This record gives sequence, C-alpha cells and structure tokens, in this order.
Amino acid sequence: MNAQVQIDAQLRELSYAEAIREAMAIALESDPAVVLMGEDIGTYGGAFQVTGDLIDRFGPERVMDTPISELGGAGVAVGAALTGLKPIFEFQFSDFAALAMEQIVNQAAKLRYMLGGEAEVPVVFRMPSGSGTGAAAQHSQSFEAWFGHVPGLKVVQPSTPAEAKGLLLAALADPDPVVVFEHKLLYKMKGPVPAGHYITPIGKAAVVRPGNAVTIVASAIMVHRALEAAAKLAAEGIEAEVIDLRTVRPLDRETIIASVKKTGKLLCVYEGVRTLGVGAEISALVAESEAFDYLDAPIQRLGGAEAPIPYNPDLERAAVPQSPDIERVARQLAKGEV
Amino acid sequence: MMRDSQENIPFALRQFTPAQLREALRKMHLIRLFEEGAEESYMRGLIHGTMHLSIGQEASAVATCMELTDADKITSTHRGHGHCIAKGADVGRMFAEFFGKETGYCHGRGGSMHIADVKTGNLGANGIVGGGLPIAVGAALTAKRLGREEVTVCFFGDGANNEGAFHEALNMAAIWKLPVIFVCENNRYGMSTSAAYATAVKNIADRAPAYAMPGVTVDGNDFSAVAEALHEAIARARAGEGPSLVENLTYRWRGHSKSDRNRYRTKDEIEEWMGRDPIARFRAELIAHGVLDEAGAEAVEAEARAAVAAGIEFARQSPAPGVGDVTKFVHAEAAA
Ligand SMILES: Cc1ncc(C[n+]2csc(CCOP(=O)(O)OP(=O)(O)O)c2C)c(N)n1
Ligand SMILES: [Mg+2]
Repeated sequence: MNAQVQIDAQLRELSYAEAIREAMAIALESDPAVVLMGEDIGTYGGAFQVTGDLIDRFGPERVMDTPISELGGAGVAVGAALTGLKPIFEFQFSDFAALAMEQIVNQAAKLRYMLGGEAEVPVVFRMPSGSGTGAAAQHSQSFEAWFGHVPGLKVVQPSTPAEAKGLLLAALADPDPVVVFEHKLLYKMKGPVPAGHYITPIGKAAVVRPGNAVTIVASAIMVHRALEAAAKLAAEGIEAEVIDLRTVRPLDRETIIASVKKTGKLLCVYEGVRTLGVGAEISALVAESEAFDYLDAPIQRLGGAEAPIPYNPDLERAAVPQSPDIERVARQLAKGEV
Repeated sequence: MMRDSQENIPFALRQFTPAQLREALRKMHLIRLFEEGAEESYMRGLIHGTMHLSIGQEASAVATCMELTDADKITSTHRGHGHCIAKGADVGRMFAEFFGKETGYCHGRGGSMHIADVKTGNLGANGIVGGGLPIAVGAALTAKRLGREEVTVCFFGDGANNEGAFHEALNMAAIWKLPVIFVCENNRYGMSTSAAYATAVKNIADRAPAYAMPGVTVDGNDFSAVAEALHEAIARARAGEGPSLVENLTYRWRGHSKSDRNRYRTKDEIEEWMGRDPIARFRAELIAHGVLDEAGAEAVEAEARAAVAAGIEFARQSPAPGVGDVTKFVHAEAAA
C-alpha cells in the first residue's frame, strides 16, 4: 500500500493509459538507455493510445515504430537489452505475443541463467490484454498464466492507474525481463496517481478491502468486479476481504496465506482460462501451506470458460467471471453452502 | 486483323462473357454497399467490436477471384469482407455474423475478423496479420497430395510481408512447387505504418525472386489488370509449375479500423485515391465497350442495394446463440 500513502499527499486523477504514459515519459527523461518499441506507437499513438504523444516529445529514435514483426521485434528488444539499452516493447494485443514466444520464453527468460549469471536482459514487454471489447478469439486472451509458468520472467497485472505507473517503473528498475499485462477495459479508468517517480513493488499483493468472512484473490479487472461484489455482500453483513494480486510471478504467499488464516475461505477470481490458471497455483499454495488447517470450506475458483473468447457480446460476457458470479460464490462460501 | 483490334480491348473483356462481367460489377457494388451497410450498422450499435473496411479495394477482391471455382480455396485477412463476397458468400449470413447471430457464417462466434464461408472455399479471415500465409500453403499441399485440380489464393496486406510467416510460407510453397498464389493487397499502409518505411524493398513483388517465383506488381484498381495477372498465376499453378506472387496496388478509403484518426496520411492523398475509384472505372469500361448501358449498370447497382437491405433484415430477425453454448464448437461433438 505504499503508493496509497503518497496519493493522499498529492491527489491527481489520471487514466490508466495516462499513468502508463507518464511512467514511460519519466523513464525516457531520466535514462537515455530507455527506448520504446512497438507497432504504430509513434504518430498513431499506439492501438490504445497509450504512447500517445510521446513521439512528439522524444522523437522517432526513442519511440520506434517497428514493422509488423512480433518475433523479430521482440528479439531486437532482447538483444538491445542484453547490450545496454532498456527497451519497453509494446505488443499491440497480448495475443500477438504468441508470435514472439520464442524470444520471450527461450531467450529473454533464460539468458541470465544459461550464461551463468554473466548477462542480463532488462527488457519490459507491455501487453494489452483481456476480453470485453468484442474483438473475438484472437484479440481477447489472458495469457498471464502462460508467462507465469516460465522461470526467469516476472509477470505483473496492474488493476488501477496508480499501480499501472508504479509497476511499470518497478519493471524498468528490475534487472530481469518483466511482462506487464494491462487490461484493455481499464485504459480509460481514472484514479489518483502520485506525481513523479515511485515504485509499486513487484511480488507484493495488496489488501484493497479488509474483511473476515471470505478471502477473494483477484487480478486486473477482476479486482473491480470483486470489489463490486464485496460491496453488495457487505449490505448483507458479509465482509469479504479482497486482495489485488498485482503480481502473478512471483506470487505474494505471505499476504494470501495471512488472509486465508483469518477468513478460512478462499475464492480465486481470474480472467484466464480456469483450468491450469493463476487460481490453480494460488489454491495449491494455500493447500500446501499452514493456512490449510484454517480452511472451513473447499477452495473455489472462478476463471475463464474452457473456450476461446466468442464474438457475440452475451457469449463474451458469459465466458469470463462477472460481478454477480463472484457475489454468488463468495456468498455461498461465507454461508457455508459450498 | 482480328488480333490487332482485340489488342485495344482490355484483357477482362476478351476473357469473360458479358454475363460474367456483369456479375463482376454486381459483386463490386455489393462489396461497397455491404461495407457501407456494415459501417452504418456499427454506428447504430447493431455491430460491436471493430471492423476493417475494404472500400476502395473492390477490384482487387473481385478480379482476383474471377477464375476461382468453389473447390478452389482462399485465405483472407482482417480486411476480409470483400474477399468473402468475391468468393461467393451470401451477404445475409455475413451480416448475421456481424450481428452475432446463430445464422451467421460462424454462428456468431467469429464476427467480422473471422468471417469465412468454408463451402465456397473461403477458409476464413484472420485476426493475426500473416496468419493465413502458411495455412494457404497447407491447403495447396492438400491439393497436390490428393491430386486435386484446386488452387489456393492467399490474400495478405503489405504489412503482413514483414512477418516471418510470410517468408517461411513463400519458401515452402516454392520448394514443394505448390499450387498457391500469394496476392498482396498493397494499400500502402499497415495501420499507420507506411510500406515505404517498414519494408526494405520498393515493391512487395520484389520479394518473389528471393523465393524463386514470378512476382508482378499491377494496378489493383484496374479490374482487368488484376484479372490478367491472376489468369497467368492460376494457369501456372494448375499446370503444376508452382507458386506466384501478385501485388495489387490499391488504397483503403476509410481508416484502418473504427478507431483510426488518420493522422499518418493527408486529405490530399485520400482524395487523390478516391479519384481512382475502381468501381467507377470498371463500370465506365463496361459501358464504353458496350457490355452494359447506363440503365443496365444502374440495374446492377440496384440489385446489389436490394441484396444488402435484405441481408440486414435477415440478420436483424435471426436468433442469437444461447449463452449456455459458450463451449460449443471447442471440440468435435461426440458422435450420438
Ligand atoms: C500478428 C499481428 N500483429 C499486429 C496486428 C494488429 N494489426 C491488425 S491489422 C494491422 C495492419 C495490417 O496491415 P496490412 O497487412 O497492410 O493490411 P491492411 O490493414 O492494410 O489491409 C495490424 C498491425 C495483428 N492483428 N496481428
Ligand atoms: Mg496495408
């Protein structure tokens, strides 16, 4: 909650996209090694207008439009990071990182290790992610579990503008490759953002609503859906504790375990496909920990359907957890009905 | 004598019957009107997501598909409405898809970016730039192995030629001498990024020699020029002589997608290209050569207009899929 403290000092509303842009501007200003790379991030301002006017401020040599070449582009970023630049590489949609898995997974993630610690790859991959835009199966996926499965990578998922800025600055300060999943539906969301440079630590989750009836661990947009559900439940006298996961790899064991020991009930909510997803890992870590003895009910998971994201808007909504789903399962847990 | 006088007649008018030419004009109008109908439906909130319109590129789609049968295959792109219509799809089922309806070509699961009509040989648009290139090579491999006469036409954009998949696909098509025609619709931009900036060679067709196949660049707004280039490439493919690359120089009148603010190109440039309207040009050519008169051309356009209106109506009245069916079509359904 260290960002929270500073917010009180200087209240200022920015959108999630603006907050990310501000982090990139700070990085470009303070470190000549930082370069932005990606498709249409220059004059166009990025597919989601995240880089915006940075090309006007920093020029095309620091804000580089790449050809439509995800594998090559990501690889150039890796090579540049290996030799002294600090690239922030934007995928237009996280789905297109599938084309660049080779460079991210086989190269960036492993170079330090394979070279016995003699090299480092301080690259940041930014990935607009998630469903809800009607863009169907190849533009709506949530790949955080894929990357979370790879030792050598760190994976973060900001849920607010302040986190988006703080986690990106943390990613930049990190000597290893970091994958940042930005949720497309959050880009326009506004929130207080501290001015200047600050870091939201990687590997730390945040309790964003305290409670004692049930623990809901959520990430990215699911944090907001969980908070909505928690507010409804509070009206019924059920106090849910909501944890904003923030980092998928490495997971913040302490915060999750402490909460489950308090509530005795765990609901994991994530947008990625439910099976083998982030919630599976959280469930396992709780089941393997001392919190196991405190569990009063089976652990529950709400995740994406076992299907690609469909185009039809009603099907699309049905394919990922919504606030009423969270409310229903959390209520059942709290009431001992599971 | 006969030969001399024919030489001034464009290829398409020599090659195709008046009925075929009339049908080609109808399809070009149909594409334009379909795109306008889709755009309007989007504004009215009947379509969600995004859309990539091919207004200005109609000659490329229709002329490319002129000599293809339903057995021949195409792979298409995110800018694929025109290809789908050119290959013979029904606009009602296309609108139904865009409206997310069960009667749509993809039962409401795919939308604009995945529009397909497998029965007429359209293996689908693609949300992944360059995604269709190797798939087209695979389709051509099937034809060759199974001894079918079919060819595959692979549509792709200028932007796609910088994906690794492009280069890998062309190489394999060449080493295995497969019946595939790579058709680049070079509309000068991949989103905001100009081909002049992003591509090391001047013309996309300049890539062809690196893969030992013929490559030609033609005026993609000239129906006859495109049809002629495809005629040769298809003949070569059907004769077992291997792949070709055809580059159609064209232009999209609209922005890249629904969220484009057109900051990377000038009004003058857009207007100049609108002056090279492929439909007006083809229509004038047909009238000049007596294939149609003005009234005949009007009738063709009216037919297309009626088809679009009927298509939208069909789509509107079609049922939506049930929300319980999210996981339907993920795998083959178990045999009953
Ligand atoms: C692998 C991949 N990268 C990026 C995109 C985003 N994108 C969609 S269309 C497009 C431009 C494609 O340009 P081009 O191939 O020239 O086709 P055009 O849009 O001009 O028809 C981009 C960058 C994508 N869909 N897939
Ligand atoms: Mg293009």
